[in-house]
Amino acid sequence: MEIGLNHYLVLSTILFAIGLVGVMRRKNLLMLFFATEILLNSVNISFAAISHYYGDLTGQMFAFFVIAIAASEVAVGLGLLIVWHKKHNNIDLDNMSTMRG
Amino acid sequence: MELFLYTALFSPLVGSLFAALFGASPKTKIAGIVPSALLGVSFLSSLVLLVLVMGTGLTLHVEMMTWMATGDLYIPFGFVVDQVSVTMMIVVTLVSTVVHVYAIGYMDHDKGFNRFFSYLSAFVFSMMILVMSDNFAGLFIGWEGVGLCSWLLIGFWYHKESASWAANEAFIMNRIADLGMLIGIFLIYWNTGTLQYKEAFAVMPSLDNAILTWMGIFLFIGAMGKSAQFPLHTWLADAMEGPTPVSALIHAATMVTAGVYLVVRANPLYSLVPHVGLFIASLGAFVALFAASMALVNRDMKRVIAYSTLSQLGYMFAAAGLGAYWVALFHLMAHAFFKALLFLGAGNVMHAMHDELDPFKMGGLGKVMKGTFLMMTIASVALAGIFPLAGFFSKDLILEVAFVEHHYIIYSVLLFTAALTAFYSFRLVALIFHGEERYKLFGIHPHEAYKFMLVAMSPLLLLAIIAGAFKMSYFEMVSKLLPATEYHVHSAATYWIMTIGTQLLVILAIAYAYKKYTSRDIAVPDGTSKMENSFAYKLLISQYYIPYFYQEYIVKAYRELSEVFWTKIDQKVVDATVDGIANVFYQTGERTRVMQSGNLSTMLKWMVAGTVALLSLAVVFGLAARYSVEIKTFLSGLGV
Repeated sequence: MEIGLNHYLVLSTILFAIGLVGVMRRKNLLMLFFATEILLNSVNISFAAISHYYGDLTGQMFAFFVIAIAASEVAVGLGLLIVWHKKHNNIDLDNMSTMRG
Repeated sequence: MELFLYTALFSPLVGSLFAALFGASPKTKIAGIVPSALLGVSFLSSLVLLVLVMGTGLTLHVEMMTWMATGDLYIPFGFVVDQVSVTMMIVVTLVSTVVHVYAIGYMDHDKGFNRFFSYLSAFVFSMMILVMSDNFAGLFIGWEGVGLCSWLLIGFWYHKESASWAANEAFIMNRIADLGMLIGIFLIYWNTGTLQYKEAFAVMPSLDNAILTWMGIFLFIGAMGKSAQFPLHTWLADAMEGPTPVSALIHAATMVTAGVYLVVRANPLYSLVPHVGLFIASLGAFVALFAASMALVNRDMKRVIAYSTLSQLGYMFAAAGLGAYWVALFHLMAHAFFKALLFLGAGNVMHAMHDELDPFKMGGLGKVMKGTFLMMTIASVALAGIFPLAGFFSKDLILEVAFVEHHYIIYSVLLFTAALTAFYSFRLVALIFHGEERYKLFGIHPHEAYKFMLVAMSPLLLLAIIAGAFKMSYFEMVSKLLPATEYHVHSAATYWIMTIGTQLLVILAIAYAYKKYTSRDIAVPDGTSKMENSFAYKLLISQYYIPYFYQEYIVKAYRELSEVFWTKIDQKVVDATVDGIANVFYQTGERTRVMQSGNLSTMLKWMVAGTVALLSLAVVFGLAARYSVEIKTFLSGLGV
């Protein structure tokens, strides 16, 4: 069986769903970052797959952009995370409620 | 020449603003002197304009600036000085200058001295706008302005319940009439497309008679309010609650004549609808008699003069209604002089008697107040219309007009009223200045007013005596603008019989009043005499029960209706709706507040929920757009 576009898209969807559940359920901030990475990479997969399908490089270029931005985001996020951990000695989401309305 | 026009118009405004600067500070003489001086300047400018208009027959028309210009609507701040407006300007500025100077003395001990002059000058400014405007919109501004100033001045002693009540009554009644006037102005704009006097009147002859009739009626309703004609007359007598200079200036000489001015100004309109004119004349004659009858018995000096004003306004409307516009204007002018004089004299008496108004409690004041006595007597003679004083020329002319126009009923009513006028005027003079000195019973020590007040009144005295001499030159001037009809009784014999007959009648009435009210046994009425218990007396003293009727059947009914609207409609429908809408938002906020828990995890869940919702919407719309044709066929199959 040849692997076609649909397979990639299904894979992307499954990864996206996993990431989404992770974003919703995880209480550990580090795990949240991982979930976000899964979300972004699921999108990257569909970008690359669709780009290959149409023979248009724009999608793959966009995927590189996403990777670059995800990397910088993680860099900033991890920096903040370390600061937070030094201050509070935990990285539990439920403790971060200073924006309570 | 435009300089004089602007000076005449704006110096009262400057005076008013100047006095207003001192509004909150204690009495300052300068706040009275400067506005008076500025009014003097205004008077002199008007005089120059009068000489110009009279001498050369030129009229002045300036457009200061554009007020409104949208589409076809063009209303400028335009002012016109022609034969009619220059007459009014002279009357207004002259009487107000006199009254201002007089008021410096009269209001001497009043705490609101500065405020008073600010209001009074503002009134003069509004009145000048009213008479000088070249269009109906400007006239209306002035009209409302004088209404406002009248309200301020009637209620000048606002801490007095009766004064603020009277002020409100005057204001509300005028507002009712102003609605009529506004409708009239709208009708004019709709049908002629302009509010400029000249252009509107030029179009009118080609309009339908029914429309012209309505215009005439609605404009006259406005005039009825301002000039206190029946049935909107009750405010004028109550307006006497204001300070006496106000009564002299606003409620005798100028503002109340604005209605007459309006009819005269709109003479091209009223000439086209003589049946409306006849109605105006009949109403005028009726009011003349009606008001004079109430003046016969009233025991409030100022109210008697107020009724007399009402009665004379009736004369003016009778003349204007019969098409004798210049006669109406002439009587307006002469009346302004002697009525203002009469009021200012009454003010002196009031001051001397420590605000006592009942002439029965006075008597014999002639010995103490010689100057006031002389002036009030001459003013009353002029009012009664005795040769050769001003009233003779103007009032007898109105009688002649009625006679020549073959309206014999109006003529006889007016003739009878002339006798009544003479009677009540001299009843007042006799009670105040002659007979026993009844005031001694009340421990009052009357004194004459300041000398400068008497000097200030003297121009009015002079004019009350000689104004009649200007009749012919005045006629020549205004006939350039108004219909130039001379009213002459054809046969000389009839003329002499009429004139001498009228004079004899008036003199008899005066003699009777003197005989009746100078006798030694006049006492302060205590409600026991036979006359006071008669039906006629009760009817007249309670003003034909009209105020009672208004109070019981209009004010109270209106109040109850308002109560119902307030509790039933406003509270239960309007307020409930508004509160309901507010409540929805309040509750929504209260319920959804929990969403903002500040917990990052919860927020992320909401974010996901939002994304899902938006995505599903996008899918639904996408599908709908794609299958729109099918959906339409399906829906049309359902009969939608």
